[in-house]
Amino acid sequence: MSADRRALEAKGYLVVPGFIDLHAHLREPGFEDSETIASGAKAALRGGFTTVCAMPNTEPAIDSPGLVAELLARGRSAGGARVLPIAAITRGRKGRELADLVELAAAGAVAFSDDGSPVEDARLFRSALEYARVTGLPVMEHPQDLALSAKGVMHEGAVSARLGLPGMPAAAEETAVARDITLAKMTGARLHLTHLSTARSIELVRRAKADGAPITCDVTPHHLAMTDDWVAGSRAFAWEVPDEALQGVPYDSSTKVNPPLRSYADVRALWVGLEDGTVDAIATDHAPHASVKKDVEFDQAAFGISGLETALALVLGGVRVRWAPLGAVIDALTVGPARVLGIELREDEWIAIDRDAEWLVTAAELVSKGKNTPVLGRTVMGRVVHVSVAGETKLGGKREGNAEAVARR
Amino acid sequence: MKWTRRHVLDTYDWSRDEIETVLDQTRAMVEILGRPIKRAPPLRGRTVILFFAEASTRTRVSFELAAKALSADVTNITASGSSVEKGESLYDTVRTLQALGGDVVVMRHASSGAPYFVAERTDAAVINAGDGWHAHPTQGLLDAYTLRDALGDLESKRVVIVGDVLHSRVARSDINTLIPLGARVTLSGPPTLIPIAWRCGVLPPGVTYESDLDRALDGADAVIALRLQRERQESGLLPSLREYSRVWGLTADRVARMRSGAPVMHPGPMNEGVEIDAAVAHGASSLIEKQVTNGVAVRMALLYLLAATAPLEERA
Repeated sequence: MSADRRALEAKGYLVVPGFIDLHAHLREPGFEDSETIASGAKAALRGGFTTVCAMPNTEPAIDSPGLVAELLARGRSAGGARVLPIAAITRGRKGRELADLVELAAAGAVAFSDDGSPVEDARLFRSALEYARVTGLPVMEHPQDLALSAKGVMHEGAVSARLGLPGMPAAAEETAVARDITLAKMTGARLHLTHLSTARSIELVRRAKADGAPITCDVTPHHLAMTDDWVAGSRAFAWEVPDEALQGVPYDSSTKVNPPLRSYADVRALWVGLEDGTVDAIATDHAPHASVKKDVEFDQAAFGISGLETALALVLGGVRVRWAPLGAVIDALTVGPARVLGIELREDEWIAIDRDAEWLVTAAELVSKGKNTPVLGRTVMGRVVHVSVAGETKLGGKREGNAEAVARR
Repeated sequence: MKWTRRHVLDTYDWSRDEIETVLDQTRAMVEILGRPIKRAPPLRGRTVILFFAEASTRTRVSFELAAKALSADVTNITASGSSVEKGESLYDTVRTLQALGGDVVVMRHASSGAPYFVAERTDAAVINAGDGWHAHPTQGLLDAYTLRDALGDLESKRVVIVGDVLHSRVARSDINTLIPLGARVTLSGPPTLIPIAWRCGVLPPGVTYESDLDRALDGADAVIALRLQRERQESGLLPSLREYSRVWGLTADRVARMRSGAPVMHPGPMNEGVEIDAAVAHGASSLIEKQVTNGVAVRMALLYLLAATAPLEERA
């Protein structure tokens, strides 16, 4: 253990392995006004993530070995977190024919996903699961029945009924989860279900795991911290008592995300899943958007929350009220995702956390180009003060009060 | 009570006092509208901008008459419905509104919540004249006014709202206005057109759901029929308009199940023969024309409360 590390621990900071994010949208190539690999990789470091998996829903989609190699190269020169490419399951993410999965794996892809969309065609999805076994890599599915969710823009429930917004029922996720689990059991393939958001989804995975199915899953910090009341203007975290001071303006498009922010009962179920090991990982689904995509009517706005830099503070809030032990949350950010990817945690990648650091989330404070988070304007608690990779201080260091300047270097 | 609201976006969180303040003010406006010269000075020097991004004749004209009766200057801006389909974004429109410097913006928009977007970004007072499926506060208030005029105190009166509640901003605003005044509301209509959270979960306080319209109407004090859009059939929510009309259409027989003389209302425009029979729409119990007249007075009352520069009774 290095002297640095001991010194930080002596200060009362929590020193843990660097976080691994299984699910982030870095938007490059194609949407560089929303994020670049460089800005996203730096935002990741600020959030304590030393490894970040980039989703392939770019333009073009990452569906060829050359694109995977290019992404890896750009990631290496970004100077932030290590960027690992996830490749598309289907060519162009169009859901019609399989991409060259073996070649994509050989080029360095760490998983396959058409995230943003499910693979709607069940037969093609079965093929993907069976074929991907050759690579040993997991298939990461975004479970959503598009017909059921239809034109929905938020969770279907009492809040959508009041706000008059088209709802996406929990069942749109759950029927897809049930399909995916059934196919995973049939094929014996490695399936990872990403951004699960409902109580029944968690229960389905719990039962599938009990049956010995090779399934893993993740949940996001925003689904752990926020309910659909946030669309109606609440800014009280799920564990807080709502009050006037925490009431903002309704229909703020920063709360629009897919899957949508769900009910309180769903949020609680995600935490139970985290504690009992049903949930393997916390993944950010970091979805930065340029303001033009968000500064529009709620139903016209893009889905997504910018999440890399606030992830830790959000989940620590739940730990503080004992919704899950600290160890379970840290595992879900480190060994959990490492296991999903089949990689080892590295001794020389570690971070230091000041659990008591309060900070105000502002647009200027975020290094991600995506300022689209409903946490803007809220004071949160918990911050990464130091990131060390292979003996190099990537964030913090001697001038740790000035972490920001270092991260922006 | 002293009026404190800057905007009228949704009556969801309005107190009974606030609603009654508007209704009392409305009564004064009805009186002005009964005069030979229907004009009073309190909005002299104020500019009211009518921003209708969704087709509407009657509501726009109603607001225009209301603003003019109070001596406001009235400007119309027509804008594209949605930012995606047409070139101009709501954001651009808001900047135009801000530059025009109107005192009140009255807006109709297809997207639920759009008035909040505008209210956040302009200095003008914003009145929601209907946003998506969300709210139509002036309709709720004029329905409450009309019902109180017909029934007296609404305490424990039971009002049936029948039809496409799911997609109806009128139903939501009627509920938000009638319940605080002491009324109870029975919703009726096909299960596919009622929010599932209400049907299978918890209804708003004072509200019940009865799919059988005959039972819903038994002994009721009033009924409000909602407009049925044809696209509900196309999107698989209804088998046919014919079946809808047979099961949930307001007929004379059905109306007779209510207390004698119980009023019939409709926010218009009506599909006669679908949600309401012509005989009922134009029958003795129909308050549908009254609703239109009262609409002007309610809108005058709100404009007055939000933007008056002079008292109501100073002679023009």
